[in-house]
Amino acid sequence: MDAKAHKLDHDIVEFINQCREQEHPDSYLIAVLHKVQNRYGYLDKEHMAEVAQRMQVPTSTVSGVATFYHFFRLQPKGKYHISICLGTACFIKGADKVLDAFRTELGIELGETTADELFSLDSSRCLGVCALAPVVLINEQVFSKVSAKQVPQLLNKVKEQELV
Amino acid sequence: MPPHAVTFYNALHQFMVARREQSGLAEKTVIQVGSATCEKAAGSEAVMKEFSKLIRASGRDDIIIKQTGCTGRCAREPIVGVFIPGQIPIKYERVDAEKVQTIFHDHIIGGQSVPELVLDKKTEKRYDYVITVCSSQRCRHAESDPEVMVAKALKATGIEEGTVRIFGGGCFGLCSSDKVGKQQVMMIFPERILYSFGTQEQLEEIIESHLIRKKILTRYQTKADFITEQFFSLYGDVSFFNKQTRLTLRNSGLIDPESLVDYVMNKGYEALANVLDRGDPNWVIAEITTSGLRGRGGGGFPTGTKWKNAITYTNDPIKYVVCNADEGDPGAFMDRSALEGDPFIILEGMTIGAYAIGAHKGYIYVRAEYPLAIERLEKAIAKAKENNLLGNNIMNSGFDFDVEIRLGAGAFVCGEETALMLSIEGKRGQPRIRPPYPTESGLWGHPTVINNVETWANVPTIMLYGAEWYSRIGTEKSKGTKVFALAGKVVNTGLVEVPMGTSLRDIIYDIGGGVPDGHQLKAVQTGGPSGGCIPAANIDTMVDYEELAKLGSIMGSGGMIVLDDTDCMVQTAKFFLEFTQSESCGKCVPCREGTVRMLEILERITEGKGELADLDKLERLGKLIQKSSLCGLGMTAPNPVLNALHNFRDEFEVHITEKRCPTHKCPQLIKYEIDVEKCTGCTLCARRCPVSCIDGTARQVHVINQEACIKCGECFNVCKFDAVLKI
Repeated sequence: MDAKAHKLDHDIVEFINQCREQEHPDSYLIAVLHKVQNRYGYLDKEHMAEVAQRMQVPTSTVSGVATFYHFFRLQPKGKYHISICLGTACFIKGADKVLDAFRTELGIELGETTADELFSLDSSRCLGVCALAPVVLINEQVFSKVSAKQVPQLLNKVKEQELV
Repeated sequence: MPPHAVTFYNALHQFMVARREQSGLAEKTVIQVGSATCEKAAGSEAVMKEFSKLIRASGRDDIIIKQTGCTGRCAREPIVGVFIPGQIPIKYERVDAEKVQTIFHDHIIGGQSVPELVLDKKTEKRYDYVITVCSSQRCRHAESDPEVMVAKALKATGIEEGTVRIFGGGCFGLCSSDKVGKQQVMMIFPERILYSFGTQEQLEEIIESHLIRKKILTRYQTKADFITEQFFSLYGDVSFFNKQTRLTLRNSGLIDPESLVDYVMNKGYEALANVLDRGDPNWVIAEITTSGLRGRGGGGFPTGTKWKNAITYTNDPIKYVVCNADEGDPGAFMDRSALEGDPFIILEGMTIGAYAIGAHKGYIYVRAEYPLAIERLEKAIAKAKENNLLGNNIMNSGFDFDVEIRLGAGAFVCGEETALMLSIEGKRGQPRIRPPYPTESGLWGHPTVINNVETWANVPTIMLYGAEWYSRIGTEKSKGTKVFALAGKVVNTGLVEVPMGTSLRDIIYDIGGGVPDGHQLKAVQTGGPSGGCIPAANIDTMVDYEELAKLGSIMGSGGMIVLDDTDCMVQTAKFFLEFTQSESCGKCVPCREGTVRMLEILERITEGKGELADLDKLERLGKLIQKSSLCGLGMTAPNPVLNALHNFRDEFEVHITEKRCPTHKCPQLIKYEIDVEKCTGCTLCARRCPVSCIDGTARQVHVINQEACIKCGECFNVCKFDAVLKI
């Protein structure tokens, strides 16, 4: 492996090595990808290639898994990752309008990142916080009972670093 | 076989008791703060910080804060409980930093509770006594309403009105068959004494002794071990809770989910100790079979049979147990709350199951979207291992079992068992044909028992209290309780655990508090994207597996979404189909292509381009997909549409023939018009219209140009005079 391909942080490499010693080492692929995405925000092609090599599984298997699961992103996330819950309870309480407001305000579609890499927009199926619907997750923080009207204000607050 | 495990358990229990005593908890004032995901979203962390600050400032070392899981009273969160030794526990709702100040100064320091902040009861005074009497169908006294009986007894013994609060509670789980209809059970707070009485005279005797002479009448005291006792003694005075029967959720909201001490003090691991010492795995399977427990993940397959299958067809020495915590149904959050509120019960249930089938390895497959649940599980596993409750030679019994967490990655189809197994193996989660069932050939080809979180949570309870006892709760074919996540258009959103056979009316009106804002109930959606909508006319349906199936819906994992008269059934059906369509893994044609075509037809209808023949097409296509899909996702994907068509066909027809959406939910079928009577010509709508399609000058009636209107609804939202009409 040439030096350029050595991109994964040491602790992730260490984790892969540990997994290799376990029974059924291949079964840890999803766990490894979670770690990579957690660290870098998304699954970069080179990272995936390195994972494939270190875990000794075909690259096609890695990209097959990475593209099958919605949770994995293949593009960089914005500094603030906005995830709008579109579960049933949120939908019934108007999450579609909230989503539209975010789209209009940010000028991006679901799965995209703004040009300044500040915001990225995603939907999630159900965060399990149905009682507080509609719910929006910005990075780790949950915002409950969000209305379309509050969206510009919410974005401003985030920009001013008051939140998250 | 010497009782190694029970000896171990007794020592563990004693150790925990000693630890509890050392901490002097019994004499301390405890402030309990909810700390599940939803509580945190509602601001419980700030509340906790504020209390810590105040405690530090007060210099008192006899006040402590305890975190707990979720009680399921979501709409009132964050909930704070204040437990002062010797007093009725007080629970406060929607607490924020400001209310913390009041609660701390007035109640904790000053000794005066704050009635206006108390959960669910806006009363001016505190009661001297609270009497909760079991009014479940089974216990219900043959002659009279138990609540009336108590009220009568209070009057007869001359107790001052308004000093005692009477509650008709849900099933206490005490029922014994020979006493049905003859003996009534009640609990008196704050002493938490459980009495059983047969006649009005006996009841009066109890009341006279307990309330007037302040003497416990031991003659009528029930010694029965009362499973929901701990939960009841804290929450039995709140009507949202005492109409429920908390078996699997009995510790949620009661114990600190990260504390093994708390779990063991609430009978945790006693069931496992008994099971291990009895040394008879077949007996365990027989008990689970007798109990009548059925899979709580939605399918309703008998759990005992599943376990038996894992040992019947093969001699394979390697076996696995799996906990399916891939709660993907939109609108369901029971499993998250259970894992966050009481993770040890899942571990204990899995260990018992593993012992029964002879597995030494278990996996918990959790959604990556549930970080707090994962964290709590990790901590619980670590603590269980430290204390010899997981790992090698569990409780010195010689039995080895280990549990590993595996994370999902946002694929709904992975809730399907064959897909789930592939995902654990690190592969793409695409289902395969069954048979072979996982119990024959599961993980890496070995027999595997996969059960849902709630199913596992039932196991310790059954083993502790006995299969026979468990089988008395519920209906003929559906035993025990079911947890529902009540959400949507209902006053009390939250988690509800009720005996099987409870009517929808009881759940939605008695516990849920009905539909808010004066709207009418239209339907209840159960079973998520695999289920259907039960029309309001069937509100008296008893909830169990068979009854829901008769109505074309399913139990599902327990999501229950309430829809009111403002919800469009075509939109709702489309919503679920959009979900399954995008979650289809793409392996089999009927599901991959069929759902897309069905969705196209639904889109046409909601855009006003549908034809009546489309409805027949939908039906035909739906039935075809049901019959020919490979896995459960595809086979049930058409359910919400077919069910809506069956129950609300007229609404579909109005969309098609009149090009109108009766609830104004389909944007393409809405028309905005300005009421000439009400319009003041303020120009606000014209200025806000993004496509400038509103004509009119100041103080003149405005007109919307229908051709150019994009139906965004902005004019409707901004008008201060209600002059914009939605038609």
